[in-house]
Amino acid sequence: MNMSLPNETFYPVGSLDQFMKQVGRVIDLNGVEIAVFQTSDGNVFAIKNESPHPKGGPLAEGMVSGHYLYDPLHDWKIDLETGNVQAPDHGQVQVYPVKIEDGQVWVATSEFLTV
Amino acid sequence: MTTYREKLVVIGNGMAGISAVEQILKLTTKFDITVFGSEQHPNYNRIMLSYVLEGSKTIDDIVLNDLHWYQDNGITLHIGTTVAKIDEQTKEVVTEDGVRVPYDKVLIATGSNSFILPVPGSDKEGVVGFRDIADCNQMLQAAQVYRKAAVIGGGLLGLEAAKGLVQLGMDVTVVHLMDDLMERQLDHQASSMLQAELERQGIKFKMGAQTAELLGDKRVSGLRFADDSVLDAEFVVMAVGIKPNIVVAKESGIDVNRGIVVNDYMQTSMEGVYSVGECTEHRGTCYGLVAPLFEQGMILAKHICGVDTAPYEGSVVSTKLKISGVDVFSTGEFIDGPGHMIIANKDEWKQTYKKILLRDKVMVGAVLFGDITDSAELQKLIKQRTEMTDELYESLMGSGCCGGGGKKTTSVESMSNEEIVCGCNGVTKGTIVDVITNQGLTTVDEIKACTGATRSCGGCKPVVEQILQYVLGDGFKTADKQGICGCTTMSRDEIVAEIKAKGLQTTKEVMNVLGWSQPEGCSKCRPAVNYYLGMIYPDSHEDEKESRFVNERMSANIQKDGTYTVIPRMYGGITTPEELKKIADVSLKYNIKVVKVTGGQRLVLVGVMKADLPKIWEELDMPSGYGYAKALRTVKTCVGSQFCRFGTQDSMGMGALIERKFERLDLPAKFKIAVNGCPRNCAESCTKDIGIVGNDGGWEIFIGGNGGIKARLADSLCKVKTDEELVDICSAIIQHYRETGNYLERTSEWVERIGLDTIKAVVLDNAESRKALVNRIEFALQQVEDPWKKMLNDDKSRNRMFHRLEISNQL
Repeated sequence: MNMSLPNETFYPVGSLDQFMKQVGRVIDLNGVEIAVFQTSDGNVFAIKNESPHPKGGPLAEGMVSGHYLYDPLHDWKIDLETGNVQAPDHGQVQVYPVKIEDGQVWVATSEFLTV
Repeated sequence: MTTYREKLVVIGNGMAGISAVEQILKLTTKFDITVFGSEQHPNYNRIMLSYVLEGSKTIDDIVLNDLHWYQDNGITLHIGTTVAKIDEQTKEVVTEDGVRVPYDKVLIATGSNSFILPVPGSDKEGVVGFRDIADCNQMLQAAQVYRKAAVIGGGLLGLEAAKGLVQLGMDVTVVHLMDDLMERQLDHQASSMLQAELERQGIKFKMGAQTAELLGDKRVSGLRFADDSVLDAEFVVMAVGIKPNIVVAKESGIDVNRGIVVNDYMQTSMEGVYSVGECTEHRGTCYGLVAPLFEQGMILAKHICGVDTAPYEGSVVSTKLKISGVDVFSTGEFIDGPGHMIIANKDEWKQTYKKILLRDKVMVGAVLFGDITDSAELQKLIKQRTEMTDELYESLMGSGCCGGGGKKTTSVESMSNEEIVCGCNGVTKGTIVDVITNQGLTTVDEIKACTGATRSCGGCKPVVEQILQYVLGDGFKTADKQGICGCTTMSRDEIVAEIKAKGLQTTKEVMNVLGWSQPEGCSKCRPAVNYYLGMIYPDSHEDEKESRFVNERMSANIQKDGTYTVIPRMYGGITTPEELKKIADVSLKYNIKVVKVTGGQRLVLVGVMKADLPKIWEELDMPSGYGYAKALRTVKTCVGSQFCRFGTQDSMGMGALIERKFERLDLPAKFKIAVNGCPRNCAESCTKDIGIVGNDGGWEIFIGGNGGIKARLADSLCKVKTDEELVDICSAIIQHYRETGNYLERTSEWVERIGLDTIKAVVLDNAESRKALVNRIEFALQQVEDPWKKMLNDDKSRNRMFHRLEISNQL
């Protein structure tokens, strides 16, 4: 439901080896803080670097298991594909489309266009 | 392409109507649904009003479906709107304001109203029922202004109202027509125990009293009874009963009796019109409790959607009083009558009472007071009309010794999937089984969060537990007792043994080989397994950064705003002017928010940006203080014999030596040591994992102290004469803890679990095992390395871990 971004533009954010497996890295894309994760299967996911927990906090430092992330401060389990927080907690993190081409990671955002 | 959607109009926005709608939505989206409610609120949990009154919940807490729910499901909601009648000719529902809404199907769920005694004065100001939020608000307001209240009616609702008003500080008398409270739910015995308990809680009673008139001018001032006696009251709650609200049905020409007459599929006499809940009369019975309406709603939903369903054959109702500290339960036939065989047990010391009624050996009713742990079990057995056997008798009535609360899991097996487990929220056994099997839930709390079961009164918790146990089988017990997390049923000891036996090397290997349910584990087990691997293979295990908590991965403590702290070592709490100068320079240069003296006798720089961490480490050029680690944190010392006039031992020297020796080694949890120069114990050995106290002839060693979340005074382990012995025994203790402690288990818990005597046997009495432990820790200590230095020498990891990538719009 949040994936129908108008004017979706992909930006090159770095080569794949800039991202350690299962250790997140923050990218600053036109002023938006995005946490990028390479999972153990070589996929890359990008989510907003802000916990949906009421107390907030960063997400890039969380522990990655499969395609899930454990929030570093509150231990919420978050699906990296959809951004959905897993039960018993509720919430959603904004996810950004990612593509990998020739070892280059691209992340799409349109936020700066609408801001 | 738009298909025609049938129009379903629901009259009544309460629990019965909305739960039926929820059931319908699970089956089909073919209806275009409109709901009318005369209250100004979305659907709320009426049975929880007692808690609102009591003050343990707010009105927001008890809302079941908020306005978003109606929106999300495309339901048109009219609150504060009363429906006048159904026009069968034009197939329209007509509101009191004359608005007409066409329908294909109608569901009447208008519930019931408080029954107001037809006595003179019952329309005076200050007389209310106890049915809805408006009543509840009036009671809350009255309690602020008035002192004396009377509650007419000693049934469930009346007693809950009375307790709520007492809680609010009012002087409350319950007036009851009969001689026994809750006589429709309890027998004489349980009833008198209940009355005694409630009197103890401050409620007064006037029993066998028939109210003849309410006194007062405009506002009520008192009650006059049939015997002409009088009771002062400035506020009166009528809780003598409810009457089905059948106005709409009657106006529309639908067959009504006491309630709206429905058949076994909840159909009324009018074509296309259904009815559920307290407004209905089914086979001559009107129900005034919540459980039947869910059963009715489910059958109605299936029928209206054209799904096969068994007919509704009535409900066996049970009652639970929602007053904290008073546990009462009854179900089925509970008053002794001819033809009943009675099993009863009254314990006046424990104030408990249990009675089971049989008819031809078949269990038909039960009453419990005081201890209602068997309520779910009894409800089940009675509903299924179970025959009493010697085994059942043993299990229900028991002898009170040898595991009386043993296993009673059999009954949930035979429960049908459609049976309602949680009457408050209408959750069936099937739903619970489904979330356990398909979503992998393993605790009652998870089931509560996911389905709502147990969320309200909590009475069904034992059944939910039983279902959990039944579905998970052995997995439940092991998971509950030992599995280190939800990913595995294996205990810590089993995992460690398997790692050793199979030579497993990485967390991934452990999880694959040992059949983890989540292949890469979770935030609980990954760090634990990584620790166990490092403990078993100190030289060859390659520490997995990705399996470390953020603090240990970054070698710094993350703060709530995403900044970090830096704590350099100050061995034994001793620093130098040169070090202080460096700390001051760095703090100024990097704009440190706070420089704080920690509880462990050193300094912490708070509010460091992630990218600055490596630079600060480099410029400080001090060892990492491990303030973030499951490892030795600090060794706290007093001044000791070097300067102190009382000092008998060199505590600063010994503290620094011990800190240097054991630093950097991974342990199951954080670890704190103190060394004191004399028994005055200024460095507080009694709250440390190892506490060392000097005396004139040597040292005394204490272990298992904790000053944190669960305080525990350390136990004295032994006294030693020489410094070498002291260090050796510390080595043995630490290594024994490393090898046997559960990940995250502090020594305070470890000592209690393993036992001080066992620890003594291994590290003191047996010289050989002590020597072996010392050798193993020496080997492990040879492998450690300062993490800050290591990171400063690893450009690639440092960049990827500490520096963000900045991309700006260069279109």
